[in-house]
Amino acid sequence: MLNDWLFIGIFLVLAPVFPALALVIPRIIAPRKPNPLKSQTYECGIETVGDTSVQFRVQYYLFTLVFLIFDVEIVFLYPWAVAYEQLDLFAVVAGILFIFLLVDGLIFAWRKGALEWE
Amino acid sequence: MGDPITAISLWLDGLLAGWGLAPALIIVIKALLGVGALATAVLLVDIFLVWVERKVVARFQDRLGPNRLGPFGLIQPFADVIKLLIKEDITPVGADRIVYNLAPIMALATVLLLWAVIPLAPTVVGTDVNVGVLYIVGVGALGTLGIIMAGWASNNKYALIGAFRTVAQMVSYEVPMVIALLVPVLLARSMGINSIVNAQDSYWFILVAPIAFLLTLITSIAELGRAPFDLVEAESEIVAGFHIEYTGMKFGLFYAGELLHALTLSGIVASLFLGGWRGPGAESFPLLGIVYFFAKAFFLYWVIMWVKYSLPRIRIDQMLNLNWKFLTPLSLVVLVVTALLDKALVGVQPWVYVLVLLAANLVIAWVTLQILRSRARKERQRVAEPRPIARPPAAPVSSQGA
Repeated sequence: MLNDWLFIGIFLVLAPVFPALALVIPRIIAPRKPNPLKSQTYECGIETVGDTSVQFRVQYYLFTLVFLIFDVEIVFLYPWAVAYEQLDLFAVVAGILFIFLLVDGLIFAWRKGALEWE
Repeated sequence: MGDPITAISLWLDGLLAGWGLAPALIIVIKALLGVGALATAVLLVDIFLVWVERKVVARFQDRLGPNRLGPFGLIQPFADVIKLLIKEDITPVGADRIVYNLAPIMALATVLLLWAVIPLAPTVVGTDVNVGVLYIVGVGALGTLGIIMAGWASNNKYALIGAFRTVAQMVSYEVPMVIALLVPVLLARSMGINSIVNAQDSYWFILVAPIAFLLTLITSIAELGRAPFDLVEAESEIVAGFHIEYTGMKFGLFYAGELLHALTLSGIVASLFLGGWRGPGAESFPLLGIVYFFAKAFFLYWVIMWVKYSLPRIRIDQMLNLNWKFLTPLSLVVLVVTALLDKALVGVQPWVYVLVLLAANLVIAWVTLQILRSRARKERQRVAEPRPIARPPAAPVSSQGA
């Protein structure tokens, strides 16, 4: 059990090393001749106007909020699914009711118009 | 021939113990070697994927593709890598240098990390953690972080808009994906990927959960940001999205990460629904299991490419509607029906079980199609009615004459 996570821990440390190596080699062999024009922000040849950190639409925020509610609730269903063999009828119905709460939340968000992209 | 991986492992055990090393150190050294071998193999497959991608897209578009370097152009991807390595690396002004450089590393490293739990053969598995599916969902979501970092750090409006879209898309499609992944977990009573593959010894889960399979495949394509869900890098709207400012090897890492992510998700879907390494003789010859696994994974990879080069890009409102108003409700229905039928069918013959679940899935599919058809009919009628905006403007009152 602990050995499994040791493997993932070592992988976690080593996985960024491979792509990082691929970024180190160009540092040595690739040409580096930056000039002010070359390092401008690319915008189809037009100069960038104003600040590049543009505001985002509020819909993105709404969808993220809906996602947060859903994802957190669904993760609770995983233990239920894993232990499905030992569950009696009561626990199964409780799980199904929990899923219906999710459906209820979806219908609520839908009727509220939170899922419309204007 | 038996099992070379276990044999090598035992041989290493004996060799290292012979050198007088502590048992804990032996475990660490073996894990290090395993990680190195796995990551190297996966990255080699990744280079090969560049060739597959270029060759297959060429065939889809009625071209030949790379065919000069080596047999069938097989050496072409190495030439591509060398070209990317010697290209100048341009960092735009105003970029957040640390985040900007970390983003491509993140994009590839998270995909590599996914391979830690995918069983390539009965014994060839990085590590068989008992929360494999949750691990895949969690680490898979980290890849999105790399894309957001790239978009945010590039100091470019298009890149930032691409990052916004990525967030909306990945976050949305995570929901039906997680629900659809619950179905194989429920059928196998385990979250470990190898246990799920082991549970498919008499039948593949695609037989009892075809809709969940399709849902997982569709949401995987969306998570990848591939066509028809590639509005995160729509050339016609936001040039290239998050990787617009990346050049040389940094762009190469994003590209490699995307290709490898596609194969990784194909491998995961193949493990969860198509029996992973299962096939005739795979138990006794583990190396045969690797062949079966990659055959299934590459088949799904090819399906993803087929979809990519056949379908046009969808708009963002269509993308969100498809997810929240179609895939999410459907996945919830599939989950409830599967759970109830599974409990109702305790103790029946396996073939009855498979037939009933398959029939239930077909019924769900038929009802879904009927609902979609009636909705589409209504939509067509609405469009057919004259819209006020289409009326000609009233003729202006003439001031001349009269």
